[in-house]
Amino acid sequence: MLSNLGLLINATLVATPPLLLAALGSCFSERSGVVNIGIEGMMTFGAFIGAAMGLVVGNGWVAWLCGGLGGALLGVIHAVVCIQFHADQTIAGTAINFIGPGLALFLSKAIFGSSDTPPLSASEKLPKMFEGVFEAGSFLGNVLNVYSVAYLVFVFAIIISFVFNKTKFGTHLRAVGEHPVACESLGINVYLVRYICVILSGFLSGLGGAFVTLATINQFRPSVIVGQGFIAISAVIFGKFNPMGAMKACLLFGLCSGIKSIISMSNVISPNLISMIPYIVTIIALILFVGKGHTPAANGKIYVKSK
Amino acid sequence: MKKKTTILESNILYTIIAIIIGFLIGAIFLAAAGISPAEAYGKLWSGIFGKPKFMVWTLVYASPLIFTGLSVAFSFRTGVFNIGAEGQFVVGSLAACIVGILVELPPVIHAIVCILAAAVAGGLWSYIVGLMKVKRGIHEVLSFIMFNWIAFYLSNYAVNTEILHKEGDGEATKNVLDSARILFPESIRDLLDCSSANWGIILAIAAAIAIWVIIEKTTLGYKLKAVGFNKDAALYGGINAEKSILTALSISGALAGIGGAVQLLGMGARISQFAGQEGYGFDGITVALIAGSNPLGCIISGIFYGAMKYGGAKLTMVGAPEEVIDIIMGCVVIFIAISQIFKNVFMKLAKRKEAK
Repeated sequence: MLSNLGLLINATLVATPPLLLAALGSCFSERSGVVNIGIEGMMTFGAFIGAAMGLVVGNGWVAWLCGGLGGALLGVIHAVVCIQFHADQTIAGTAINFIGPGLALFLSKAIFGSSDTPPLSASEKLPKMFEGVFEAGSFLGNVLNVYSVAYLVFVFAIIISFVFNKTKFGTHLRAVGEHPVACESLGINVYLVRYICVILSGFLSGLGGAFVTLATINQFRPSVIVGQGFIAISAVIFGKFNPMGAMKACLLFGLCSGIKSIISMSNVISPNLISMIPYIVTIIALILFVGKGHTPAANGKIYVKSK
Repeated sequence: MKKKTTILESNILYTIIAIIIGFLIGAIFLAAAGISPAEAYGKLWSGIFGKPKFMVWTLVYASPLIFTGLSVAFSFRTGVFNIGAEGQFVVGSLAACIVGILVELPPVIHAIVCILAAAVAGGLWSYIVGLMKVKRGIHEVLSFIMFNWIAFYLSNYAVNTEILHKEGDGEATKNVLDSARILFPESIRDLLDCSSANWGIILAIAAAIAIWVIIEKTTLGYKLKAVGFNKDAALYGGINAEKSILTALSISGALAGIGGAVQLLGMGARISQFAGQEGYGFDGITVALIAGSNPLGCIISGIFYGAMKYGGAKLTMVGAPEEVIDIIMGCVVIFIAISQIFKNVFMKLAKRKEAK
């Protein structure tokens, strides 16, 4: 029983970090008033860059950071197109979802000659904590002998929540997502705040994607991300657009994914039905919450700076 | 002089510029990967126009894309954003597949029933999202994203049910019955030298004309556009905005659903388990954007996208990754999305010149 619980916690700790990183990124972008449905594309590109850099550099941490930067690069494109050039944000996000995976597969084929990268060796991946301290398969082994990033992301969530709620920047970013015109008149640089937030959303999504290739599995494949970016967006909606809420939602969705990976061996319930849960609960949440003004007011609206 | 400004005002000019920029960016990536862009684009061209049968295949690829393009274009014209065409396409395809496998009917009638089932499934899938929008004020983009993924897993679930799953290994359904297929008669297929040549393209063109008539020539179209243009003014003018939004989304969803049926009954014959989203619905957004949301334009842009997909798959023959097509089309979308900026710059330049 205890070891089964350990197994479930372990599976949840594997599934949650990429969702949570991307969801934290999504929080930044959405709260600053820029809709970002390109999270999925940013994660996929980050996943590829992470794996490729792991093979080139041989250090998981450096590769992970590079994966984040890869996502940030797409974040820059989204930011310029949406903020500077006033493009429709949903359309721009759709384009990012073409370009991110397209670029990842293009580069993979150009560099490695295949849509899959070669597998990474253990030393090229992110490290696990407490390697060899606990007995393999024991409860503590399952819970503590995991990738250190799995615990690190929760620290990130707490820090980001602090930034959102207790710092000047946090106040500004929430304000520009609600009422950009008022912010501008108070001397807040709306464009700058939004640029920072959208690029950060790309960076965090890239980190999330790179976690998948550098920890969960050990290579890039076309299907590594499939839907995780959209689950992250669901988590943000479900978590009412704040980092702590998103964290709880990600844990819940990560648990779903953990359950799925455990029972998929036993054939009790179709894993496809379990995969629907995040989306269904988000729809229920939307129906229950909405109308209570929890979506940032200026979200998705084009803001043109007055001259 | 006046003629020149009309050209500068027309959106087609900026769409063409966006497509050229897309190809240029694609060329940069190809060159950086050590592949000659001229050779790759030459292959793309000959892969589409090299033989008559290639052009037939292009039309086969284009048919479902014209439908999803119409679906999105119709939603744009009526003031909603159907980013859910992907999911409606999937449920449409699934409905057609179920009817195509489990129901026995005479040819032609069977195909028609399959297509109707797909239209109803796609329309309903979108109608629910419409209800959430008008009754609870939930932005359709959010709910559509969720519905796309629910459709995705629903289809994967259905593929693995005993009643639909094909015998033996392989993660796919049985083939739909021959009576449900919409293929051209064998003699014509032999003549065209294309095993999948089908009525889809005729249906797509007919649908495009019908949608154009609805939008431009009927009271219904006028009402739907009015609501999309200004909901409050339309309400003041005595139009039931809620009903209009529901109608618009249902029609839009039905079009995407039919696209799913056309793809299944024309090309695929069965549904395989998805590893990732197929993308027909998202491609529809590109098709609609290139067409400037004009239903008749969707025929041309759908064929363009179909050609890119069909020709793009042949790029591997010259060692170029076919994903360069995704990069090109993504860039085209971005540059169309920001075309207003180009327009402003060009118009300003033209005015300055005129002033001199």
